[in-house]
Amino acid sequence: MTADVLTPLLPGVPLLMGLAGLLLPPGDGLRARRRSAALLGVTGAALALLITVVLLVVVDEPVEVTYRWVSFGDLPVTLGFALGPAALYVALAVSVVALFVQIYSIEYLHRDRRYAPYAAQISLFTGAMLLVVAADDLILLLVGWEVMGACSYLLIGHDRRLPEAPAAAVKAFVVTRVGDVGFLLGIAWLGTAAGSFRISDIIAHVGAPTTALLLVLAGVAGKSAQFPLHTWLPDAMAGPTPISALIHAATMVAAGVYVVFRLFPLFAGSPGALAVLGVMAAVTLLLGALSATAQDDIKRVLAWSTVSQIGYMTGALAVGSPAAALFHLLTHAAFKALLFLAAGAVIHAAGTNLMSRMGGLRKPMPVTFWSFVVGLGALAGVPPLAGFWSKENVLVAAAHATEGDGPAPAWVGWVVWVAALAGVAITAWYATRLLLRTFFGFPRARAEQWSVGFDDASYEVYEEPEPHDPPGLMRWPVVLLAVPAALLGLAAFLPAFRAALELDEPHLEVAIVLPLVLLVLGAGSSWWLWRAAPGVDPAKALGRLRPLFAAGFRLDDLQDRFLVRPVRALAQGVRLTDERVVDAAVEGTGTSTTRLGAVLAAAHRAALPRAAVAVFTGALVLGVVAAIYGATS
Amino acid sequence: MHAVIPYVTAALLFGLGVYGVLRRRNAILVLMAVELMLNAVNLILVTAGTLSGGVFALFVIVLAAAEVGVGLAIILQYYRMRAAVHVDEVVLHHEPEAG
Repeated sequence: MTADVLTPLLPGVPLLMGLAGLLLPPGDGLRARRRSAALLGVTGAALALLITVVLLVVVDEPVEVTYRWVSFGDLPVTLGFALGPAALYVALAVSVVALFVQIYSIEYLHRDRRYAPYAAQISLFTGAMLLVVAADDLILLLVGWEVMGACSYLLIGHDRRLPEAPAAAVKAFVVTRVGDVGFLLGIAWLGTAAGSFRISDIIAHVGAPTTALLLVLAGVAGKSAQFPLHTWLPDAMAGPTPISALIHAATMVAAGVYVVFRLFPLFAGSPGALAVLGVMAAVTLLLGALSATAQDDIKRVLAWSTVSQIGYMTGALAVGSPAAALFHLLTHAAFKALLFLAAGAVIHAAGTNLMSRMGGLRKPMPVTFWSFVVGLGALAGVPPLAGFWSKENVLVAAAHATEGDGPAPAWVGWVVWVAALAGVAITAWYATRLLLRTFFGFPRARAEQWSVGFDDASYEVYEEPEPHDPPGLMRWPVVLLAVPAALLGLAAFLPAFRAALELDEPHLEVAIVLPLVLLVLGAGSSWWLWRAAPGVDPAKALGRLRPLFAAGFRLDDLQDRFLVRPVRALAQGVRLTDERVVDAAVEGTGTSTTRLGAVLAAAHRAALPRAAVAVFTGALVLGVVAAIYGATS
Repeated sequence: MHAVIPYVTAALLFGLGVYGVLRRRNAILVLMAVELMLNAVNLILVTAGTLSGGVFALFVIVLAAAEVGVGLAIILQYYRMRAAVHVDEVVLHHEPEAG
């Protein structure tokens, strides 16, 4: 009973708080206004967290609540919620990250003039993600999915002073929208094929067409930043750093993986869709990892690492192990939120995003430094931190799939396995580079002209010359997030947690030696390069590949050349056709009628004598004609 | 029973009226010529018709009176504006207002 009431409230409370927060006037520096906005935001996230915890404690069985909503013809759409144990853990991750982001943002944006709408939009974002997590109806899920798209647009474009922010926001919106077209078509197809939009009914309806699943995958690729629709994510760094933490850890990019997880029984029946997913995952994984190696912007390193880590998740899904994917999603949520919030602290202190202008921050910022060590260790998969266990799970699942007895073809298992192993080494390499470049070496002098790029905290630079650990409201979220980032992986030893995710027991066999060797190799080579030439970017060793990696394999240029420009040219052509042909035809009809009228009017304009002559002539002619006819007949 | 004389008279009157309308430049004289034509018609109506012809003639007389009233008023107004009553000098070529 409690669960039935609480389940709709889980997404409902943050959504309502967000809507209420939007009604507040934008806080232009007034403390009271800021306080009420912050209160609404934090309360929304905290209540969502509370509801999740209560549900986790109270509920043993999966909760299902269904209200009838509308019917499309004979297709009923329900207001249905379903929370299994796995979904509850995702909801927990979402609400924890959202709560920390809200608390962190109070301090991080303490001078922002538009804090109130910002906090409200975070609440909306969180509520929409929780709606996706809790929805048992594809249409309801789509609602949450689209609200997230809108919120990401608003939040990425939050800082209007940055020249690149509006473009990045539009790019994020448009690129995900391209995928969403496929997603909408896909769920319409699935829904009509099954005769219902309820996920449980759709899963029960076996034999979904591969095309429909591929359409759904297009939407997943857009939201979860998978190749080739990943290009929006690195540009989304124009948003404030806490937003990056929210988008990367808990909400936006996790949604796509979660949707595939929910619909996995359908995917398991379609090797074709899994093969596409696997290739997409392998490409994304390597592309993201390699691009991360050459970035100079600390947030872009993290952004590309997210692209790569999401590749691990979709790779795990592709080799038929949704549990490993979800486990990696949870650990990734913890350590990526930690990394972004800590990076926000670094940016806050250093006044720049560029690693080439950081260095030697270990001494003045010990708390941030150790948080970064934990986060990067978890990212690279150093045992016993969280990322090690989840990544090991993915690797084991991929290795199993190479035997070909899973739902996916054996070659997909090989592709994912090799890509994931290579990814381990590359991840270790760029994580070490980030740590060394930022926190070790000599502090570099800062000057005013350095506050360029994506530094959304540049207004901090001039007043506090010494870098220091962030104030309490920013420090505590970072410190608290370090706990799950370090320990969440050990949850795999808890039977209750394993049962919820349907996860296999972690088994420390010989197989884990290979990733560990690769890890040491990657981290060691990065360290050695840095050691050999202190103060020089290890990425220099990439040589001529470096600009290519830094530009993300120039996929933006490719898309511009082969997609954006042809579409623009087509649009120009259509516009010209409209103006020159359609409009011209309509206007030409009008003007020619007017001109004809003018000619007739001129013919009618005659002085009285001429008019009278005309009348009489006409009368005479008529009379003569009448007389002739009268005479003949 | 041929009423030749009234018909011939009416035809002459009508021709006289037509000639006046076509040839006269003075607006008042044009009006008078129109009256002549109307009266020619009246004559035919009275001659040819029975009772209804007479009724029609009465109608025509009333209409002619009204027409002359309006026509003379227009001519008077025009004379006040332009100090002229020559019908072939009335300017009709004003361009319509752009709009």
